[in-house]
Amino acid sequence: MSLLLAIVIDGLIYASWLFIIASGLSLIYGVMRVLNMAHGSFYAIGAYVTASLVSWYFNHSTLPAYGSFVLMFLAAPAVGIVLGVLVERGVLRFLIERGELITVLVTFGLLLMFEDIIKLIWGVQSYYAFEPYGLLGSTDIGGLTFVNYDLAMIGVAAVVAVVLWWALNRTRFGKLLRAVIYDRELAVSIGINVSRVFVMTFATGVALGALAGGLVAPSITVTPGLGIEVIVLAFAVVVTGGLGSIQGALLGAVMIGLARAAAVNVYPELELFVIYAVMATVLVFRPRGLFALATSRKI
Amino acid sequence: MKTKAKPFSLTMLSLLTATAFLAAPTAAGAQEPLKIALVSFYSGPVSGPVGIPSRNGADLIIEAINAGTLPAPYSGAGVGGRQIESIYVDEAVDPVSEYRNAVQRQGVDAVVGYASSGSCLGVAPVAEELQTLTLLYYCGSVRTFEEGPKEYVFRTMNTQDVENIGAARYVLDTMKDVKSISGINQNYGWGQESWRDFSKSLQQLKPDITIKTELFPKFLSGQYGAEVTALSRNKADIIHSSFWGGDLDAFILQASPRNLLKNQTAVLTTGGTALQSLAKHIPDGTIIGVRGSGGVLAPKSDFNDWFRSEYEKKYGEVVTFPAYYMAQAVLALKAAGDIAAQKSGNSPSVDDIRTALRGISFETPAGTVAMDRHNGHQASTEIAYGTFKLQDGKPTLENVKRYAPECVIAPEGTNSLDWIEAGFPGAVCN
Repeated sequence: MSLLLAIVIDGLIYASWLFIIASGLSLIYGVMRVLNMAHGSFYAIGAYVTASLVSWYFNHSTLPAYGSFVLMFLAAPAVGIVLGVLVERGVLRFLIERGELITVLVTFGLLLMFEDIIKLIWGVQSYYAFEPYGLLGSTDIGGLTFVNYDLAMIGVAAVVAVVLWWALNRTRFGKLLRAVIYDRELAVSIGINVSRVFVMTFATGVALGALAGGLVAPSITVTPGLGIEVIVLAFAVVVTGGLGSIQGALLGAVMIGLARAAAVNVYPELELFVIYAVMATVLVFRPRGLFALATSRKI
Repeated sequence: MKTKAKPFSLTMLSLLTATAFLAAPTAAGAQEPLKIALVSFYSGPVSGPVGIPSRNGADLIIEAINAGTLPAPYSGAGVGGRQIESIYVDEAVDPVSEYRNAVQRQGVDAVVGYASSGSCLGVAPVAEELQTLTLLYYCGSVRTFEEGPKEYVFRTMNTQDVENIGAARYVLDTMKDVKSISGINQNYGWGQESWRDFSKSLQQLKPDITIKTELFPKFLSGQYGAEVTALSRNKADIIHSSFWGGDLDAFILQASPRNLLKNQTAVLTTGGTALQSLAKHIPDGTIIGVRGSGGVLAPKSDFNDWFRSEYEKKYGEVVTFPAYYMAQAVLALKAAGDIAAQKSGNSPSVDDIRTALRGISFETPAGTVAMDRHNGHQASTEIAYGTFKLQDGKPTLENVKRYAPECVIAPEGTNSLDWIEAGFPGAVCN
C-alpha cells in the first residue's frame, strides 16, 4: 500500500473524530462567545453513557447486535442535550454578559466538577463497550486491514458537517443563529429571542461533544480523565480553523489529522510536535485562525 | 538501721516509679498502630487495571495481618504486634505534594505505593529528605537506585530492565528464528527505557536482529490508528510493548481487529492485566508478561492458593498481578516488623522495621522475594513469561518459562545498562 494512501486514510479517521468534538466547541463559541472548557466532560459523559448502555444491551437484550448502533446514536446526544440545557439555563445565562474570561473560568470549574460527578456515578473502574467496534467487520486496502467502524466514522463526520452546513445556511434557525453570530445586540433589537438561540446552540454543541465520546467508546477503555485529555486537542483544532467557524473546525481537523498520520508513518518522533506546529504555523500567518469570524466594530 | 534503710527503700521506690512512668509512654508508643499510606492510581485510566486491584490486594493482606490469619510462614497478629492502619492516597493527583501531605499533615509512619516510574523518581528524594520509610511497589525505573543510594526507600519488586531482559530471553527461547523487531512504547521514561533494554538485550543475545519501527506515542494517547498502520506496513517478527493500563487496553482493542497482533507476534510485558478483560481480543501466540511472577503466572503454593481464593471470595473477580505486588510490599513490612520484634523483644519502631528490611528475604503469594540488590533496598525475584492461548473461551498461558534472578538481574554493584551492553557477564541461566 502506498504510504500516501495510508496517511490519507489514517489522517481522515483521526480527523473525523477530532471534527465531531471540535464542531460542537466551535458552534458554541461562534454563537455565544463561550470558550467551553467543560466540553471535554460532555465528551467523557457521552463515552460513559454509551459504554454503560452498550454493555447492558449486549448482556441483557435479545435484540439484534446492530441495535447497539441505534443506542449509540441516540443515547449520548440525548444526554448531551439534557445536560446542555441544564448547564446553560442553570449557570451560563447568568454569566454570559460578564465576558469571555469569566465564562472560561466557570466552564473550567464545571470541567473539574463533572470529573468528580463522573467518578460518583461510574466509579473509577474501566468500562468497555467494544462489541460494536467489530460488528461492521474490516476491509483490506492495499494489503492493510482497516476496521470498517473507523472508516464509517469518516462518513459520520461528513454527515455531521453537511447537516451543520445545511442547518446554518438553509434553515430559518440557521439564519437566526447567523444573525446572533454577526451582531448579538442587533439581533436582540430586531426581535430575535437570543436567550432561546443560546440554549438551543449550547445543547446542540454539547450533544455533538457527547456524540463524539459515544462514538469513540467502543475503541477505547472508558475511564476517568478521558475528557481532560481530549480538550487540549479540540482547542488546537478550533484555534487552527478559527474560533467559531464550523468550516474552520473541519479544515483544522483534517490538517491536524493528516499531519499527525504523516508524522507517525514517516518520522514518529514528531508525532506530538506536528499537531502544535500546524497550529502555530497557521497562527503566524492568520493570527485568528483560518476562518476567523468577522467581528463588527462598535463605536 | 531502720532509719537508714527507710530512705534507701524510698529512693528505690521513687526510682522504680520514675522508671515505670518513663517507660510507660515508650511501651505505649510501640504498641500504637502502624499508620501507612497506600498510594496508587485510584482514578484515571490506570485505576481499573492497576490501582483498584492493588488496593484490594493490600486490603486483603492488611486484614489478615491485623487478624493474625496469614498463612505460614507468617504468624501472630500485626507487624511485630502493631496493627496496621491504612489511608489511601491517589497517585493521579500530584504525587510529590500528596506524599508530603500524607507524611507531614496526616502523620503516616510509612508509605507503600507508586505505580508510575515518574512518581517514584519524584517521591524518592522527598522520602529521603523527610526520612520516611517508603516501599515502592510497582514502578520500574532503574534510575531510582542507580542515581544514588537510598536510606529510607525500598522497592519490593523487580525493575523494568529485568522484565525486558526476561522478555528478550523468552523470545529467543521460543522463537529461534526471530530476525526483526518493532516497538510501541509510551513516550516517557518507562516506555523509552523498556524499549531500550528489550532491543539491546535481544541484539546482545542475537546480534543479527534488525529494528524495523520504533514508536513512542504520548502517555494516555488512546488513539493508535496511525501507529497500527505504521507497524503493519513495516512488518517485523516481534512487536514489543510495555504499554500498561488504559493505553494497553486501547492498543489491543484497536490493533486486534486489524490483525496486527495476529500477523506479528506481540510481546506485551504487562499484558497480564488485560488477560481476563480482553481475552477475546488477544490472539493466540501473544507473549504475555506480568512484571514478575504474580497474577496468572504465580507459582503453585499454599500461600498463593490462599491469596487467590480469598481475593475471589472477597472481590468476586480473578486476582491480577498488581494485587500481588501491593500485597508483596505490605508483606515486606510484616516480615521485617516480625524480625525486628523478635530481635528486640518489643514492638518494633518504624526505624527498627527499616533496619530489618535491608537485605531481608520473605515469602509472598508470588514466591520468594530477596531484597538483595542496591545495598538491600531493591528486590530481586524471578520473572515469568507465557504464551497466550484461548482454551474453551478461557484465557490461559502455555509454554511458561521462569527466569531466576541470576539470569536476568545485573549483579550487585553493576549498572543494568552496562551489564546488558557487556553481554550479561556472570549470568546464570538454566
